[in-house]
Amino acid sequence: MHHTTILLIEVGALLLALGLLSRLSRRIGLSPIPLYLLAGLAFGHGGLVPLSASEEFFEVGAEIGVILLLVMLGLEYSASELVGNLRAAAPAGLFDGLLNALPGAAFGLLLGWGWVGAIVLAGVTWVSSSGVIAKVLADLGRVGNRETPVILSVLVIEDLAMALYLPLVTAILSGQSLLGGGIALAIAVFTVVLVLVVAIRYGNFISRMLSAKDPEALLLGVLGLTLLVAGIAAGLQVSAAVGAFLVGIALSGPVAHNATELLSPLRDLFAAVFFVFFGLNTDPRAIPPVLLPALALAVVTMATKVLTGYLAAKRVGIGLPGRWRAGLALAPRGEFSIVIAGLAVATSVVNPQLGPLATAYVLITVVTGPMLARLPDFGWFKRWLRRSAAAGPAPAPATD
Amino acid sequence: MEQTALPGIGVRHDVVTASGRRLGVVTHRNGRRDLVLYDPDDPDSCTADVPLTDDEAEALADILGASLMLGQLSGLRQQAAGLLTEQIAIPAGSRYVGRRLGDTQARTRTSASIVAVLREREVIASPDPTFRFEAGDVVVVVGTRQGLDGVTAILAETDPDG
Repeated sequence: MHHTTILLIEVGALLLALGLLSRLSRRIGLSPIPLYLLAGLAFGHGGLVPLSASEEFFEVGAEIGVILLLVMLGLEYSASELVGNLRAAAPAGLFDGLLNALPGAAFGLLLGWGWVGAIVLAGVTWVSSSGVIAKVLADLGRVGNRETPVILSVLVIEDLAMALYLPLVTAILSGQSLLGGGIALAIAVFTVVLVLVVAIRYGNFISRMLSAKDPEALLLGVLGLTLLVAGIAAGLQVSAAVGAFLVGIALSGPVAHNATELLSPLRDLFAAVFFVFFGLNTDPRAIPPVLLPALALAVVTMATKVLTGYLAAKRVGIGLPGRWRAGLALAPRGEFSIVIAGLAVATSVVNPQLGPLATAYVLITVVTGPMLARLPDFGWFKRWLRRSAAAGPAPAPATD
Repeated sequence: MEQTALPGIGVRHDVVTASGRRLGVVTHRNGRRDLVLYDPDDPDSCTADVPLTDDEAEALADILGASLMLGQLSGLRQQAAGLLTEQIAIPAGSRYVGRRLGDTQARTRTSASIVAVLREREVIASPDPTFRFEAGDVVVVVGTRQGLDGVTAILAETDPDG
């Protein structure tokens, strides 16, 4: 058969399968991310039905998927929101970073993956999944809760921190020394600050160049601008994803609102392609050997995440049940962990086990995380909290 | 009333009532708004989350606002022996045209209150001290006869500088 014919059949069949999986996940109340990853595993190298013609399509699609994930994330926040939040929640963000990145780094060193592997794994364990958590909060009717701003501000700081972390990790992975990484980091800091200042001062001007009224022109304009900036950022070694994130932040007002609606379906399509592509590149036979380490890593870093949320909520005077809710809600990792692992896997500088480990790790946290988030709503959990609150001063948060 | 930003979602306003219950309104950035009620046992979590459409929110606000206004009016009538309401136009040459309500010190000087301002067929209820008068404004004043006359006199003061 002709190459294009096979490509169409493969892509079509896979997307159809993803559609069914996504429906299934909604039905059972799960994020579709783990199912997409599993689908990728099934169709990848060493999987059940390896694909032949469509790998290239998925590779490009995955690249666009990351960029769209990030630009949508940026569109959700306005620059002034980010800066205002940074002032209020910086301490929470700091101990979030320490508590969650360090275990990952230590684990990387323990596995003998060297500094580069440790830095990558630190990023994988650091960042909670804002997509999964936002959905959990909405599903559980907690958007109005008083601990919710705490959760959101931790997520915002993590996203902003990624704008500095990704360039650093990109530089290190491209084989540059720590000095090269430092230079990339300096460029990134400069760019991020510049974009924030420009967005706060002249955000309206940038948004006015793109008409909010005409959907077609807006879609093409925003998508074009995002890809262009992402490409330039990649050329400057600042990471394409960060470029896209900054475009999202720079846009504001009705343009941002309408662009979010227009880009959402595209993001859903290409983000699914991205998760499948990551699965495709992971050999399912490589997962069983790393399953135990992944499980250990998941247990440790989910516990540290619970502690993070607990402490962050305590700092702003939230009661005991609210602290637990904040902590448990933060546990799931997701898209960012895969984005970071994806960067590393693409360069083959790090141990090839990183891909399978990250896959297993995200699968575990993204499935168990939302379930754990429901814990504080159960009667026995509330009774246990009341008893332990009555027994004396609030106990140190159990880390298991 | 406490206001909290929810990055990526919108804004939450909440208030603790005199009876000790907390309730709030979450305004989503896409225009959706939810009325939330908090759990009395755990004041951080909401037990009910009621999405309201534009019409519903408006109707609810009307009812709450109107009943409040009616209550105030009837209360006024009950204890209002000797209390009068009067509409006083601000004369064109008044020194208070372009100046703030607080500058008149009407309440301190006459113990009568300016409860509303009528401007171009619009009613501005409970103007705060930073409210700026314009020529042609009509103020609604509540007070004793003496107080009302006092406010009329204050508003009629001409600007000594011009």
